[in-house]
Amino acid sequence: MNNAIDIRMVTKTYGTVTALKAVSLSIMDNEFFTLLGPSGCGKTTLLRMIAGFEDVTQGDILLFGQNIATLDPNLRPVNTVFQQYALFPHMSVIDNVAFGLKMKGLDLPTRTARAGEMLEMVHLSSFADRLPAQLSGGQQQRVALARALAPQPKVLLLDEPLSALDLKLRQAMRMELKQLQQDTGITFIFVTHDQEEALTMSNRIAVMSAGHVQQIGTPRDIYETPVNRFVADFIGETNLLEVDVASIAGDRAQVILPGGHAITCSTATHDAGRHHLSIRPERLTLVPLGAGMEAVVDQVIYLGTDLQVLVRLDGGTPLQVRIQNAARTQVPAPGSRIGLHLEEGAARLLAD
Amino acid sequence: MAGAAPDSGTSAETTYRSARVPLLLPTWLVIGIFLILPVALMAVYSFLTKEMRGGVIWEFSLAAYDQFFINRGLFGDEPPSLEWTYISVFGRSIAQAATATTLCLLIGFPTAWFIATRPPATRGVWLFLITVPYWVNLLIRTVSLRFLIRENGPLNDALLGTGLISEPLAMINTNFAVQLGLFYSYLPFMVLPIYAAVERYNFTLSEAAADLYASRWVILREIVLPIVKPGIIAGCLLVFIPSMGAFLAPNLLGGAKNFMIGSLIEEQFKRSLGNWPFGAAVSMILMSLVLILLMLYARSMAKTEAR
Repeated sequence: MNNAIDIRMVTKTYGTVTALKAVSLSIMDNEFFTLLGPSGCGKTTLLRMIAGFEDVTQGDILLFGQNIATLDPNLRPVNTVFQQYALFPHMSVIDNVAFGLKMKGLDLPTRTARAGEMLEMVHLSSFADRLPAQLSGGQQQRVALARALAPQPKVLLLDEPLSALDLKLRQAMRMELKQLQQDTGITFIFVTHDQEEALTMSNRIAVMSAGHVQQIGTPRDIYETPVNRFVADFIGETNLLEVDVASIAGDRAQVILPGGHAITCSTATHDAGRHHLSIRPERLTLVPLGAGMEAVVDQVIYLGTDLQVLVRLDGGTPLQVRIQNAARTQVPAPGSRIGLHLEEGAARLLAD
Repeated sequence: MAGAAPDSGTSAETTYRSARVPLLLPTWLVIGIFLILPVALMAVYSFLTKEMRGGVIWEFSLAAYDQFFINRGLFGDEPPSLEWTYISVFGRSIAQAATATTLCLLIGFPTAWFIATRPPATRGVWLFLITVPYWVNLLIRTVSLRFLIRENGPLNDALLGTGLISEPLAMINTNFAVQLGLFYSYLPFMVLPIYAAVERYNFTLSEAAADLYASRWVILREIVLPIVKPGIIAGCLLVFIPSMGAFLAPNLLGGAKNFMIGSLIEEQFKRSLGNWPFGAAVSMILMSLVLILLMLYARSMAKTEAR
């Protein structure tokens, strides 16, 4: 199978600071691939190295099998959508979109026609003669997208392109981006620190932290079977408990919860001892007393669609539980004792 | 601003209105005394009759402008034709100023670029270094330059010493010397506005252009230059305008045959040769020329902004 991008043992250092530590990963053709991580994790550096704006200290970057690690950015058949759009302020919208085509040497009628199609695709045909400054943030964003897609790059790089937009627009653009990727068949590499963005759009996600790739997988893999504490904590909300491992067999482990209750769960580690257990709040349910673990309700927080119930296990360990705010939901009273049920797959034992 | 709806005066607006005259008075005084008054005085003087040995007689006369534009022969008895003497001085001044401006641009742009692309902490040091020579009086600096480039001056000595030349170069009293003097006098006026423009330039735009297959040269031509153009034009005006009227560099470095407008005007106000109305008239003509240039600039700027 042909990979769009192969990152092979890529290291990046700035003086004494190491931004990326021997990162390797492969991105398949026609994939919506996301580099996800907190700021400073190296995700933008990696993207900029693929684009050619940063030198590779060590390692190779292969684009469809060809090593591009030392090519100048203008010689790489990839295009970028920048965080602050970086539209040319002195050029009209259509000239911005046609710029890459002009540089590729296409004649005026061809590039005008192609740029026009691109503007149509992002619903901005009527704005062709405006200057970027005369557009709203969302419109500028779409021009940047059209400009980067116009030369039909082999890979499109997107550097937190939605972070400057307000929430509603951001949510609408997620769908548009996903649709655009499917329609064009171009490989998208998307950088973000927003896990919700990553989960909703990506085919696969690489979770990065401190210059390392922590885990690569589908949104479901990343969310439901995180390999370590960082991934479990960074993606979504979770309860992290320190537990003693009773036994491990294959990818199942038996652990003892604080308070003495024993449960079986999936595991990312094969070492016995003390480890962290991740329990997703929405995979916990409140049940009548006597069926499962017992806990005391501390507080109920109203979140609109959901209720967040803060409970305390025997022994004092706090847990948060998410229950749907449906009409039939019985809201537990603070101070009352309730039963807790862990759904299958709710808990996962993590490596550190 | 507040004046948009005169009849909807809030209390704050009323306060402002009553304080308007005292608040604006300093501005009016400065502009009136230092700008309008001298120019008006000069305009009036250019239409007066000259007094021998300087000064004016308060009597209306077009003689100054007549002397500038019209040739009536040595004794004033020939049919009038266009006088070329002073127009050619203007022509030479324009050429000299344009060359000096070009020199300033060629050296000033890379310099400004260099400074603007240093880390922010060190930019101040570089800018400071640029301004250091300007703590010395322009006259002193021009005289030093004269000393430096004269026939048996240090520059020629050094060149002879290296064996690059076998005879001293005749640099002093040439057009080149004047251009060099003007270049040296006004270089910071080119560097500073371009620096300000480049410093504001968003270098991500260069990355975006490179990403879209533009080479370095194309990025400079298609992206950088159009965006920093206002700074370049401002720098060119700031060098060109004072160069046109300069008299120190042409007088001290150019010698008699490299006469420029500034020297022509200066001559008219010297006691012995004085023709004040003529000097005033030449100044007015110079100012009109400069104003036309500025209006063309303002127009091109307005066009850029309207796009």
